[in-house]
Amino acid sequence: MSIIHARGLGKSFRVADKQPGLGGTLRHFVARRHKDIPAVRDVSFSIEPGEVVGFLGANGAGKTTTLKMLTGLIEPSAGAVAVAGFMPFRRQAAFLRTITLVMGQKQQLIWDLPPLDSLRVNAAVYGIGEAEARRRIHELAEMLELGEELRRPVRKLSLGQRMKAELLAALLHRPAVLFLDEPTLGLDVNAQARVREFLADYNRRTGATVLLTSHYMGDITALCQRVLLIHRGRLFYDGSLQELTQRLAPYREVCCDLGEVYPPQAFAGFGEIESLAGHRVRLLVSRDQLTATISRLLSTFPVLDLEVNDPPVEEIIGRLFREGAVG
Amino acid sequence: MKRTLRLARVLLSVQYAYMLEYRAEIALWALSGLLPLIMLALWSGAGAAGELSLSPAALNRYFLAAFVVRQFTVVWVIHVFEEDALQGRLSPYLLQPLHPFWRYLAAHIAEQATRVPFVLAIVLVVWLLGAGTSGWPPPSSLLLGLLVTQLAFLLRFLLQSVITMACFWSERAAALDRLLLIPYLFLSGLVAPLEAFPPGLRRLAGATPFPSMVSFPARLLSGGEVDLLGGLATMAAWMGLLLPLYLLLWRAGLRRYAAMGA
Repeated sequence: MSIIHARGLGKSFRVADKQPGLGGTLRHFVARRHKDIPAVRDVSFSIEPGEVVGFLGANGAGKTTTLKMLTGLIEPSAGAVAVAGFMPFRRQAAFLRTITLVMGQKQQLIWDLPPLDSLRVNAAVYGIGEAEARRRIHELAEMLELGEELRRPVRKLSLGQRMKAELLAALLHRPAVLFLDEPTLGLDVNAQARVREFLADYNRRTGATVLLTSHYMGDITALCQRVLLIHRGRLFYDGSLQELTQRLAPYREVCCDLGEVYPPQAFAGFGEIESLAGHRVRLLVSRDQLTATISRLLSTFPVLDLEVNDPPVEEIIGRLFREGAVG
Repeated sequence: MKRTLRLARVLLSVQYAYMLEYRAEIALWALSGLLPLIMLALWSGAGAAGELSLSPAALNRYFLAAFVVRQFTVVWVIHVFEEDALQGRLSPYLLQPLHPFWRYLAAHIAEQATRVPFVLAIVLVVWLLGAGTSGWPPPSSLLLGLLVTQLAFLLRFLLQSVITMACFWSERAAALDRLLLIPYLFLSGLVAPLEAFPPGLRRLAGATPFPSMVSFPARLLSGGEVDLLGGLATMAAWMGLLLPLYLLLWRAGLRRYAAMGA
């Protein structure tokens, strides 16, 4: 039986419709006009217990709005949603004990106090006994490689340490369903990797269901077998990551620092030029040609430095919709 | 029950630790609440005690008590709630099995506890400067006065919480609270004992919750004559009216909440 089930989910926001300039301001003051902006339209999907699902989409696509409806923060304008058998917007205590939402941009920890103080509050709010809370904090802190940081004021922690402490606070009550909204946003590569490892480990140990949004393809490839792709509020794809990767990101980004400056035509046959500025060139190279292309680049040009990255999800999705590969 | 007590203890101790981080700011806020003492100087200077059927000592005690009541009934929930709602900080609170009302209430009580040393210091200074404040009421009256002061705080907190619900409909709901400041100042007994008011204005004040917020606890605290049961019944009636209204508005407001900034 599905643990998350959404059927025909929709959400519209009423926003003021004001024209620019003095005339528009005066008209808006006298006769205020509004319009309904649909943020999510007719979204349906089901997620089974223990699944780790990636939720992809460009900025403003409707990912966060959907997460807010699934957690009960906002009421859907249309459709139905059930999470662990509850209607989220009713926000019953039993439902709130079952879920957690981690927002990379927002924090629940008290800024001027050490994380341990916020953890004490969370333990009391969720009715976790003091001894049990200490045990869980110790266990999660070990998994997250947190120690003395828990005794320092949150404002003195690095972004990565803060994010890990946020995760600890969000998981103290052992939720069965995790909603993660950009959990690695702004973290450096090492911190991103540690957070991913932790989430994978947590999922393995507890069998928790995870729905994750991220701008980093690395998060999705490391954690998710299945992805949902949302575009302009509509669900465009629901399936395996492998299939989507072939359709979505058949390219990798190769960035080279060269010993000399070359004209664009010098890179013909090496891939699509994404940018060329002085000694630095960024190329989009087909995945199946990657090894051969790198060998040719190294043998053709005086390469000083070379990096291979996944293009940002935003860019891949933009390309995908421009090319009409999904629809 | 044990769980609730533990939750209250943890919330209050953590909020107290948080407020201590802002002790300098809280000391300044305590100093900024000197209005009743300024009014005391004005009324005493005008020699108005006789006209109010109060002895100079009783007038001094009233304003000193009003100062203490004012210090422990300061409410700012609308300002933090407005910011929390706009910045998205309300969202994590909504996702925990504890009504945010209790967090804000705990924060206010912790802030009051942080004020205690500053208020005591100011009272001591005024006490030493004002010879007429001698002859305090018995400890039982003081204790009762302090308890009623806490009830006055709860009433004020509840009233502002009701207005706070406007944050779900407007991004600048705190302005509404400023509208209430003038009637609160004049009708609560903060700038003058209610005896100083003409009968019509006194009746008008009596029809509002404001005298319960300052005049009633201040008179108790200063050992003045009060209708204790009548005063408590008035407070209970206002709370009985405001609490369901708050819950109703909370439910309606949440339907409009867009979790902005989150």
